[in-house]
Amino acid sequence: MIGVFLSVMRRDLLLAWRRRSDMLTTLGFFLLVTSLFPLGVGPEPEQLSHIASGVMWVAALLATLLSVQRLFESDEADGTLEQMLLSVEPLAVIVLAKVCAYWLLTGLPLVVMAPLIALQFNLTPDETLIACATLLIGSPTLSLLGAVGASLTLGLRGGGALIALLVLPLYAPLLIFGAGAVDAWRAGLGVQSHFALLGACLLVALAVCPLASAAALRIAQD
Amino acid sequence: MNWESASDFWHMGGYGFYVWGSYAVTAVLLAFEVWAVARRGRLARVRVARDVAVERMDERRREPT
Amino acid sequence: MSDSQLSATRAPSAGVSLFHYASPQTFFPLAGKLLWPSWIAAVALTLAGLYTGFFIAPTDATQGDSYRIIFIHVPAAWMSMVVYLAMAFWCAVGLVFNTRLSFMMSSALAPTGALWAFVALWTGALWGKPTWGTYWAWDARMTSELILFFLYCGYMALQAAIDDPRRADRAGALIAIVGAVNVPIIYFSVKWWNTLHQGASVSLTQSPSMASTMLTGMLLMALAAWAYTIAVALMRVRAIMIERERQTDWVRQLATGETKA
Repeated sequence: MIGVFLSVMRRDLLLAWRRRSDMLTTLGFFLLVTSLFPLGVGPEPEQLSHIASGVMWVAALLATLLSVQRLFESDEADGTLEQMLLSVEPLAVIVLAKVCAYWLLTGLPLVVMAPLIALQFNLTPDETLIACATLLIGSPTLSLLGAVGASLTLGLRGGGALIALLVLPLYAPLLIFGAGAVDAWRAGLGVQSHFALLGACLLVALAVCPLASAAALRIAQD
Repeated sequence: MNWESASDFWHMGGYGFYVWGSYAVTAVLLAFEVWAVARRGRLARVRVARDVAVERMDERRREPT
Repeated sequence: MSDSQLSATRAPSAGVSLFHYASPQTFFPLAGKLLWPSWIAAVALTLAGLYTGFFIAPTDATQGDSYRIIFIHVPAAWMSMVVYLAMAFWCAVGLVFNTRLSFMMSSALAPTGALWAFVALWTGALWGKPTWGTYWAWDARMTSELILFFLYCGYMALQAAIDDPRRADRAGALIAIVGAVNVPIIYFSVKWWNTLHQGASVSLTQSPSMASTMLTGMLLMALAAWAYTIAVALMRVRAIMIERERQTDWVRQLATGETKA
């Protein structure tokens, strides 16, 4: 089982490495969306630092949403997905491996880029650290939930808007826990509860989402 | 009895707009839903009946008389 | 046909009565028989509820007559949640027992549930203006209700986007169940977020001294909403049955008027 997990992940990482530009597109989207906010709401540093974590989180949600819908697309096109469905190995493990690879390629770069945005939005070092940490724990959950949406909408017309409608309501709690941490820190409250809740969400998503996504893939390819 | 007259009733203690706005929109939406569902059921039946009629006509045409 | 035969053979003798109605062909006339009693109950309860609400219940001391929106707002909000749970329940039953009728039931419930969620939001806004001075407050309940409305929309949009009914049923069932698991988490998170941002610390909670006639009116209207939901869902499920089973003999006989139901 671990062998399958590692080989699927290696394959996905390798494929992505051969098409590096896809990865950069998502990252560019993230940076661009966050840079648009100061233009929209005005450049006052006070105000920007106030909305920074919310903007970063919303941009991360949208960036995930945009890229995750292609998670199974190429596999479906070249028939790999069929092989995965027929495989004796549990499909959920294969899905989990794909999500892990996907997160390493899109989620992690967002976390790495986040300090740059925090700089633009005038956050203090402490706040930057907290914002990045929430993204580090929260973004895998975003990827896992996104995978469920991607497998449900696989091959459907209007997939992009549909996945947004399906997945964004489910993202609401994460947005609240994630973006709220910096506000709580600034208000002098503890942030442990935010991290505990984000961690709990991640654990539940790790347990449920691969199974749900595998079930959805079986339904889609029935 | 809460109301002195009909206009008192419609006035609703100064909150007529909010109260009747709520009730009117709800009533319209529910009525629309009932109408739409009834129409859907009727159309479904009509469509099946038409399909059956067309099929029977085809069968009759194919039979040598 | 094969589905109903399968379930009939699979069920032990004690379970026959339950699985008997799991086939669309037997459920269709049953739903037809239940339809009129539900409509009559809905109309009678609505009239009784409105009479109690407008003519017997006194004017509220603090809110004046604006509180009378409660008689639709609260039942609508309750129904929107109950219908979502019922939908998720039928979806789970459908996935476990592989019965077509359960999926038809859940897709018949969804539009009515979305309607209730919308009504709850609309009346909440119209109630909010005189009470809080604003149409929309990011109150925990209203925000959760809005997200619930989006969950309904997602379920219906997903079903509409899939042409194959079998796939539409199963995919919809999955998202409905995932949504049902999320509803408590969403409610908790929004409530928690709301307490952190004290700005919107308005509460819809009624004053403790709610007159018993007010409560009676609200309960009557809640029962009316139940009856209406059952009636309209039965009507819609009958339409869905005809649409989905249009190739079967029983629907063809029904549509051409060769059998009565």
